[in-house]
Amino acid sequence: MKRRLLGAVAAAALAFGFANAASAKTLVYCSEGSPENFNPQINTTGTSFDTAVPVFNKLVEFIPGTTELQPGLAESWEVSDDGLTYTFHLRQGVKFHARGGFSPTRDFTADDVIATFNRMWKKDDPYHTVSGGAYDYFNDMGMPDLISSMSKVDDHTLKVVLTKPEAPFIANLAMDFAAIHSKEYMDAMLKAGTPEKVDQEPIGTGPFIWANYRKDDRIIYNANVNYFRGKQPIDRLVFSITPDQATREARLEAGECDVIPYPNPANVERLKANPELQVLEQEGLNVGYLAMNVQKPPFDNVKVRQAINMAIDKEAILSAVYQGAGKAAKNPIPPTIWSYDESVSAYPYDPEQAKAMLAEAGVTDLNADLWYMPVQRPYNPDAKRMAELMQADLAKVGINAELKTFEWGEYRKRLQEGEHMMGMLGWTGDNGDPDNFMGVLLSCTSARQGGQNIAKWCNEEFTKLIDQAKQISDVEQRTELYKQAQAIFHDEAPWVPVAHSVVHMPMSKKVKGYKVHPLGTHIFEGVDIEE
Amino acid sequence: MLRFLLTRIGLVIPTFLGIILLTFVLIRLVPGDPVEVRVGERGISPERHAQLLHDMGLDRPLYVQFFDYVGGVLQGDLGTSVVTQRPVMDEFLTLFPATLELAVFAMLFAVLIGLPAGVLAAVKRGSIYDHAVMGTSLTGYSMPIFWWGLLLILLFSVTLDWTPVAKRLSDDYFVDEVTGFMLIDTLLSDEPGSFLNALHHLVLPTIVLGTVPLAVIARMTRSAMLEVLGEDYIRTARAKGLSSLRVVAIHALRNALVPVVTVIGLQVGTLMGGAILTESVFSWPGIGKWLVESIARRDYPALQGGVLVIAALVMTINLVVDLLYGLLNPRIRHRR
Amino acid sequence: MTDITIPSAAEPVSRPISPSREVWLSLKANKGAMAGLTVIVLLILAAVFADLVAPFSYSAVFKECVTKACPPIWQEGSDSRFILGADSVGRDLLSRLIYGARYSLFIGTIVVTISLAAGILFGLLSGFFRGVVDILVMRAMDIILSVPSLLLALAIVAILGSGLLNAMIAVAITYIPHYARLARAAVLTELPKDYVTASRVAGAGTLRLMLSTVLPNCLAPLIVQATLSFSTAILDAAALGFLGYGAQAPTPEWGTMLADARTLIRSMPWVVTFPGLAILITVLAFNLLGDGLRDALDPKLKR
Repeated sequence: MKRRLLGAVAAAALAFGFANAASAKTLVYCSEGSPENFNPQINTTGTSFDTAVPVFNKLVEFIPGTTELQPGLAESWEVSDDGLTYTFHLRQGVKFHARGGFSPTRDFTADDVIATFNRMWKKDDPYHTVSGGAYDYFNDMGMPDLISSMSKVDDHTLKVVLTKPEAPFIANLAMDFAAIHSKEYMDAMLKAGTPEKVDQEPIGTGPFIWANYRKDDRIIYNANVNYFRGKQPIDRLVFSITPDQATREARLEAGECDVIPYPNPANVERLKANPELQVLEQEGLNVGYLAMNVQKPPFDNVKVRQAINMAIDKEAILSAVYQGAGKAAKNPIPPTIWSYDESVSAYPYDPEQAKAMLAEAGVTDLNADLWYMPVQRPYNPDAKRMAELMQADLAKVGINAELKTFEWGEYRKRLQEGEHMMGMLGWTGDNGDPDNFMGVLLSCTSARQGGQNIAKWCNEEFTKLIDQAKQISDVEQRTELYKQAQAIFHDEAPWVPVAHSVVHMPMSKKVKGYKVHPLGTHIFEGVDIEE
Repeated sequence: MLRFLLTRIGLVIPTFLGIILLTFVLIRLVPGDPVEVRVGERGISPERHAQLLHDMGLDRPLYVQFFDYVGGVLQGDLGTSVVTQRPVMDEFLTLFPATLELAVFAMLFAVLIGLPAGVLAAVKRGSIYDHAVMGTSLTGYSMPIFWWGLLLILLFSVTLDWTPVAKRLSDDYFVDEVTGFMLIDTLLSDEPGSFLNALHHLVLPTIVLGTVPLAVIARMTRSAMLEVLGEDYIRTARAKGLSSLRVVAIHALRNALVPVVTVIGLQVGTLMGGAILTESVFSWPGIGKWLVESIARRDYPALQGGVLVIAALVMTINLVVDLLYGLLNPRIRHRR
Repeated sequence: MTDITIPSAAEPVSRPISPSREVWLSLKANKGAMAGLTVIVLLILAAVFADLVAPFSYSAVFKECVTKACPPIWQEGSDSRFILGADSVGRDLLSRLIYGARYSLFIGTIVVTISLAAGILFGLLSGFFRGVVDILVMRAMDIILSVPSLLLALAIVAILGSGLLNAMIAVAITYIPHYARLARAAVLTELPKDYVTASRVAGAGTLRLMLSTVLPNCLAPLIVQATLSFSTAILDAAALGFLGYGAQAPTPEWGTMLADARTLIRSMPWVVTFPGLAILITVLAFNLLGDGLRDALDPKLKR
């Protein structure tokens, strides 16, 4: 199978006029892991999303480097006055990729959009159960209940009717799971009896054509000469899979990689000092926090939670873990999101006061567990180190913290079940909407066992405010409601909000035009490399 | 001889079945289930969870799953990876050549250096050479190879820029995957320089993975040689006036090789263990790294299949070595 | 582990001097073994008196070394309190290494104890009862041996969960077959001997026969194996720590320290170098001693 494919790649290479591979302009991105598959509908990890981004377009897209929206496959759209009916005008003349064994006979139409969504939405769709058939993001964003109907007006006009007004809907369509697939390719693979190929050897409309994947080794993409925004400046994009952080950094320094994600923050200064490298920075749309399980005493006591907020020296954590490349957090949303409340005053670092408050609450010599993540995430580059610093801080106020961790999947599951007393986690925004933080992480609905609210904190007033804000589309009104919610969050202190990280992307100075995306995705559209 | 052969093979079959049972049971004792693996930073509803378990056939009674699995294994079907949804056998076969290539090189490295070093130490017993070889090999044998790998990268790749840091081939070479063995594929390709590039990438991982076997082989060769050199017929040969080099090369070494070959065979298991560490250090896309990741992702079928195939390989190689040994040394054959 | 010699049971020959004294004399003549022994004694002292010897607690955080790296004292920008420098969380490296000796010796001891006890038990059972017991036990040992030990240990830790104790149990399980085989082989050579028959005739029970008559006479190869696997245990536990399945923070186990520090290899090379050196030296010391013991205990190799 591999061989046939590569033959096709060679043929494609000839057709695109670069017979000699060495002359092709290549950019090497040393990614942090292997993708589960190449279909963002069914996978859930940033690593996998990254590998699909070059291949696909969405109806609406984020402008690289921002959370602002731009037209994608939909050139424009209108919303009815009741906020229920959306009419999308689709781009014309967009071509799907041609690659060994598949060449499209028609351009992109509304049928492709409908087929894409039907797979996730309709249980009787022939593709619904392919490759495990879990559509977590589609379901998590509430799409099955939200979409009432989706219909084709003509080839390039699509009508979507919602069951209720939902302010973040358009932003949701810019998320990875909403990548548009080719109906023709899906039909062809179904006919050939290999529907899973749609997920393993993707066909899209994006700037790069997926060419080859060698497991745990590398992924190769070729520039799409027919791309509707024009051919990319580079001819070839390689994801060279390098899971080990130390190895990744060494490879960048040795010139084996052009761009790497997730450097160790402790090494950023040294990388910056290297004359051949540049390190781009961007405040990430994220928050790293320590949640206190309010269902477990003594954390049911608000005084204890506030005391812990005062016992932890965030400045030390910022400099040790984030190497200064982070902003101390006080609210549950990052300052780059609208409605962030500057007026909230953060808890000061005051171990004496904290000790007094704990004594007042009758808490002395407390033994508590403190869970830290086994992996590095954009919002927390080194959870273990952070945990060790927190452990030392807590010891000073008479809390003996026992550090615990599990394998990542297990870790998350146990936190969601509420097994912990104190647990670290974080969140990177999906669509730049405040609801995507406060609704997902702090509402009563998600405080259920197994839910995302790992403080298990359910404040009815808070939940009422954010529910209300989600229904209206006026940004000013929404801002007001979210600010009130943030004030409640501050007083109730279910978390110690730790930091909003700054994302570092070290790369060769030859790389031009790369923009760090606040949502954490790594995007190579429009990136060039000097020969 | 036939009887010896049959008893040996007869012993292998129950052991193999035992391994199937062991991997099956071990892997089901791991806490958590593979459905959780699919879920990202978000949760999953209990209904959906149950549904997915059902789809994967994990809600059936254990004995049904077991017989199903054994049936599959006998037909070469190791199940489907939970993470990638692809057949485990395919994934194994995609990655195995990388590990095999590295292991073969490591073994060659170990034998080509270890054997002469051991002979030298034995012939010049008590000399500075002997002490140097023994000291170095004991150090090599005591080396935490993951640390050793890091030090070598730091020195040769990062500081001196002599060798590549990681992987099997530079990313500006594009070579068709024909056999999966990079050295062969690069030779078959029309990319000039890619063969040397692939060879260059093999240098450090080979040294790291070969260090422990090298030490073992050197030590074993030395003691086997010493034993043989003390035997009567060697003394006779010497007394007859044969040159010392001839005695060593033709008479002593040939006889000393028997136990050394056995040790080389036994190193296969050690090599697989070492491959886990070496591959993690050098981002080498092989079986070792795949297995460690399968454990972390709780990819039951992948882990189970991988362990099974590796155990089967180790067993087969040991069996072959055993049989060879029996052929070469009649005393063993009749002992049982 | 791999260079186990096929056990030739200690032969009860005529003994002009006491056997333990003979072994000691032979060891004393072996420079390597004495060097190893010296290092081991020093390590034991460091481990036992860590509280007195170590300049600081292994978990004490010095914030001034968090914001700015503190290298070893012979480098520029160092802090004279921290002889080998401080790690990335601002803890004194020397203190952590000294306390780490505790863990390494502890790991070695526990692993060897568990695997030795279980291995002897299985070996004796197998050797004494033969038949079905023998077949079952030895097949089980073959199964364990056919899976590469690090892989098996990883799988076991995945089941038991990460942590020092679990890592030790996992490593110990992978060593059992070596002891079981040695013990069984030794029993088989000892059983037909006259002194065993004599005890049996004198009415000694099987258990008594096993433990007080046969066992002491097949200890020699077991002792050699135990010393050698002490070192492999330290290495394997460190490897598990390196892969993230060993001891958890803030335990100053050397392998875990190394794993935590590996990404800092260029900016703080000392946090990578010293724990690795500590592992190497300790393992080397045990191997030297093990080699010496083998030469001393195994008359066949002694010339």
